[in-house]
Amino acid sequence: MPIALPPLLEARELRKRFPNGVAAVDGVSFRIPHGRCFGLLGPNGAGKTTTVEMLEGIVTPSGGTVLYQGEPLGPRFREEAGIMFQSTALQDFMTAREALEMFGSFYPRRLPVAELATRCALGEFLDREARRLSGGQRQRLLLAIALVNDPAVLFLDEPTTGLDPQARHNFWHLVRDIKAAGRTIILTTHYMDEAYQLCDEVAIMDHGRIIAQDTPQALLAAHFDEVILQLPRADLPDEIELPWPRLRHDGIVEILTRDLDGCLQTLLHQGVKLARLRIRERTLEDLFLQLTGKELRQ
Amino acid sequence: MRTPSRRRIYAVFKARNREFLRDRSSLAWNILFPVLIVIAFAVIFRGEGAVEQYKVGLYPLAAERQPATPFLATRGLDAIPQDDLNAALRKVEHHQLDLLLDLEGRRYWVNDSSPKGYLLERVLWGTAGHGFAKQTVSGRAVRYVDWVVPGVLATNMMFSCLFGVGYVIVRYRKNGMLRRLKATPLSAFEFLVAQVASRLWLILGITVLVFLGTNAFVHFTLHGRYLDLLLVFTLGAISLISLGLVIAARTASEELAGGLLNLASWPMMLLSGVWFSLEGTHPWVQKLAQLLPLTHVVEAARAVMLDGAGLAEIALRLVVLALMALLFLLLGALGFRWE
Repeated sequence: MPIALPPLLEARELRKRFPNGVAAVDGVSFRIPHGRCFGLLGPNGAGKTTTVEMLEGIVTPSGGTVLYQGEPLGPRFREEAGIMFQSTALQDFMTAREALEMFGSFYPRRLPVAELATRCALGEFLDREARRLSGGQRQRLLLAIALVNDPAVLFLDEPTTGLDPQARHNFWHLVRDIKAAGRTIILTTHYMDEAYQLCDEVAIMDHGRIIAQDTPQALLAAHFDEVILQLPRADLPDEIELPWPRLRHDGIVEILTRDLDGCLQTLLHQGVKLARLRIRERTLEDLFLQLTGKELRQ
Repeated sequence: MRTPSRRRIYAVFKARNREFLRDRSSLAWNILFPVLIVIAFAVIFRGEGAVEQYKVGLYPLAAERQPATPFLATRGLDAIPQDDLNAALRKVEHHQLDLLLDLEGRRYWVNDSSPKGYLLERVLWGTAGHGFAKQTVSGRAVRYVDWVVPGVLATNMMFSCLFGVGYVIVRYRKNGMLRRLKATPLSAFEFLVAQVASRLWLILGITVLVFLGTNAFVHFTLHGRYLDLLLVFTLGAISLISLGLVIAARTASEELAGGLLNLASWPMMLLSGVWFSLEGTHPWVQKLAQLLPLTHVVEAARAVMLDGAGLAEIALRLVVLALMALLFLLLGALGFRWE
């Protein structure tokens, strides 16, 4: 009979109350199995950073526990976890190779610099000083530092914030490779497409609690069965009455409907021009807005 | 607590050294600045004896308890009580006192090669007659630059230790470097040991370079042993680095750290006897000065360099420095927070 392994990482009733009385995290529990990519999403102030920092052992919880392979966080976790914070300064005058060597020497088990350089595509700037690296190169180096101990669990906190689209896609590619190698990843992000692309499971946080948690596909299926029709506001004046809810933002009107055929006929009947009509499916971004009432990047 | 790992300490030590040595402009400044200061002093105070006042040592009684004499009322004359005859005589030898006077015993000492002593002797005869027994000592004048060199070396060391550790740790804390290190198996103890070791190694290297560099131009006096001087600077550096650790233990803002570091360094700069002797200053200033590590570094270094003092003579200063280092290290390490 196979022995049931404890989840790689488990949060039990995590709470964090700051000295000013604010409860940043208010009873959060989840289990992250081996080899999964778990995404934590939430608007600013939702408590996701504090939650992740408690998982990382950087912040001490006011209540509840974090278990790593069934045990409280200890030296073993430090040796087997890799962390990429949102913003970490590197020592300006150290080369990428030296930074990897320094961080590597902290761990009993470490990957050779050459392998890290290949995995994270550091080849071209391995011997360049940190102060001369571009944004994308820095992020790749920080990822390589997080991988220096060949971690069983990898934390990525907003890893692609501030990167241009191409650098983001390159970064996703690296993360997918890490996933394919069977590593467990905990990702926080502002980018819903990033969560959708990379995560096997997402938890959405607001006001210190988890308000929804599942695979991205299951969450969308459970919350939305309508599609969205987008039109420029100029093409759909407010006077035109429709039986479906309408959202207005940035010069665009969005109509939410379960009856696509009926909606299109009504619009034609009302004389609305459909030349600039776009139909889109609901995304995690919409779900987020619906659940929290906030835009993600607020 | 886990056993500290030498490998981890060495990795941080090496990284910090590289960071410092590769920042060429800052490194050049660290070496050049004290050399320039010493050369400037050597040029400005080329003459013998920089202080224009006439200094008369009074032994064994304090001035107010000395029998009144019109000699002491002479303008431009600074009467300084001396409680140790040997120390006072050494000052006469080095031209730090122009004349030593014992009113009770009706005798005085002058240096036979001191022009100021010669003048004061004439004034004494003119105002108090010839009833005092003359005793002569001899010795080469200590130039102001010889006197000021230990202070300049020590001050440079102080700034480097305080800012190089205090400011750097606060910068690491502010830019997230400490938080990143906290997320590794590196312990706070290992990190701090590496910082202290790196700065100690660097500042001793710099101090030796500055010493040799300035000596090549100025050829200053060294009567004592090099090893003793090295010991003074080593203990002094450890105590000043540790003081930097105390300031950096929790501070998260570079501005606050800058203020605190200035608060620590400026009183030392002014009150540790770096630029002028504290002799003759208000007693509380002298008491306060004894609380500052730099005072002990400067005094001990000066004793070794100018008076040829050995370990026995500076033992008390060394013990005080070691105790201060221990106290600051404990405070700095126990108070340290990664964030």
